[in-house]
Amino acid sequence: MSVLVYIEHADGSVKKTSLEAVSYAKALSEKTSEGEIVAVALGSISSDELAKAGSAGASKVIHVNDDKLSSGIIQAHAEAVAQVYKQLGAKTLILSKSSLGDAVAARLAIKLDAALISNVVDLPDTGSGYKIKRSIYTGKAFAETVVNKEHKILAVKKNAVDLKSDGADAVIETVVLELSADNFATSITSTDKTTGDILLPEADIVVSGGRGMKGPENWGLIEGLAKELGAATGCSKPVSDIGWRPHHEHVGQTGVKVAPSLYVAVGISGAIQHLAGVNSSKCIVVINKDAEAPFFKAADYGIVGDAFEVLPKLTEAVKALK
Amino acid sequence: MKILVCITHVPDTTSKIQFSDNNTKFDKSGVQFIIGPYDDYALARAVELKEQLGASLTVLNVGEVETEPTLRKALAIGADDAIRVNTFPKDSLFVAQQIAAIAKQNNYDLILMGRESIDFNGGMVHGMVGEMLGMPSVSPVMKLEIEGNTVKMAREIEGGKEYLEAKLPLVAGCQEPIAEWKIPNMRGIMSARTKPLQVVDPLEESNASEVISYQLPPAKGAVKLVDKDNVEELVRLLKNEAKVL
Repeated sequence: MSVLVYIEHADGSVKKTSLEAVSYAKALSEKTSEGEIVAVALGSISSDELAKAGSAGASKVIHVNDDKLSSGIIQAHAEAVAQVYKQLGAKTLILSKSSLGDAVAARLAIKLDAALISNVVDLPDTGSGYKIKRSIYTGKAFAETVVNKEHKILAVKKNAVDLKSDGADAVIETVVLELSADNFATSITSTDKTTGDILLPEADIVVSGGRGMKGPENWGLIEGLAKELGAATGCSKPVSDIGWRPHHEHVGQTGVKVAPSLYVAVGISGAIQHLAGVNSSKCIVVINKDAEAPFFKAADYGIVGDAFEVLPKLTEAVKALK
Repeated sequence: MKILVCITHVPDTTSKIQFSDNNTKFDKSGVQFIIGPYDDYALARAVELKEQLGASLTVLNVGEVETEPTLRKALAIGADDAIRVNTFPKDSLFVAQQIAAIAKQNNYDLILMGRESIDFNGGMVHGMVGEMLGMPSVSPVMKLEIEGNTVKMAREIEGGKEYLEAKLPLVAGCQEPIAEWKIPNMRGIMSARTKPLQVVDPLEESNASEVISYQLPPAKGAVKLVDKDNVEELVRLLKNEAKVL
């Protein structure tokens, strides 16, 4: 038996969140004795990069090296993963929550007659039946869920388990699949993506700015601190609504939900909709000149002060740490 | 052209989430229910498409009688008629099966809904419906234009967006900024009272999962304030106490 993990890659590297999914699968299999961990990767990517899935816990990577799969065509990815899953005779598929992962997993649930459980935050309890904890109400609560199907797809939330890096390189097996034309009914005509930056949903540290930053021309202060911390940058909804920052940086209830180790909020008052996007963070720092800002109630650490004074000093202090 | 918009009936985003009956039920006391915010974007875009293309627009909810005011609100915003599948929405698979059954009877060209509900955040119903109906499914869609039989979309990906094309029929999970939320006007509210709202019996389908208990996250301790002239102390705390640097 084996557990299959759907891994994604971007800009030539396997995504860190996908490696976390591999480590989750490894921890799961150690608990449930479901056998070896096999990862599946679709499209063009180097074998050396794929072998790295081994350090996170995979013993084998099945590489469907078909260039038509290099872009994330949802139906085609779902069909390819379904074929690999069936050939392997797996009972469980693990993946990391992402824009593509969520869309692919939903179709797979039907193809595989599997229960799809999303926002998984812990390993299942298999003592009697199959119980699993997931995050609901946008991080405001958890639900203990009983799963009724033999086949299971678990879409794992960031930080559900620690990323392992003590495994050996995985064996790469390249396979060719027959994928009919109707799986390619949608075509991706172009992408518009920032490259080289740390991606917000995957970042371990996030620095976000709100309307307290007074204008997009002041974002250099946010970016300066983010650069020293190795962080991604985010913003509040009003900031993306008025166009100071692009929508994919909007953190909150209807934007990106983040779960970093450290979230630094600057000049954000802390509306409940913003908190819903950050409440899975391990540690929250709030910098705001208004001591009454509701965000302080949700913070671990806070500084009451003017962002324009505090940010340069804080950036220097982080620099001095190195 | 026939458009279906599936909506959820969920607690307002400002609701305090609490549970009752020994943490086995959502506590509805004092909670105001709304059209799911993402579904509301889908509905707003559908109303624009209806006006632009002369399409018919049906709104659907899988839920018990308490969701009817939410459906009436969708009618007031601009849907022509509503369908309520009269059952408790047990899980995403169960809901997707009900939607697919209605869609098979009515041959919609475009099925829109929010990228996810804000109660269970599954984000999977659109993909399941697409697979069941053999249609492409795309989510999260932040721009959607129809030219003849072609649908041009932008989908949000990590760090940006990708532009896609597909042919109708299609299922899409929507999010901002696909359209601006529409607030019903008085004429819409008046006409919504008499627009058809059909109640249909559910299919007897099974669910894949069931919630047995709920939990709230542990309460946050008090914030530790650091003086603004001593930011080095904050860095020290993050490194040595929180251990996040």
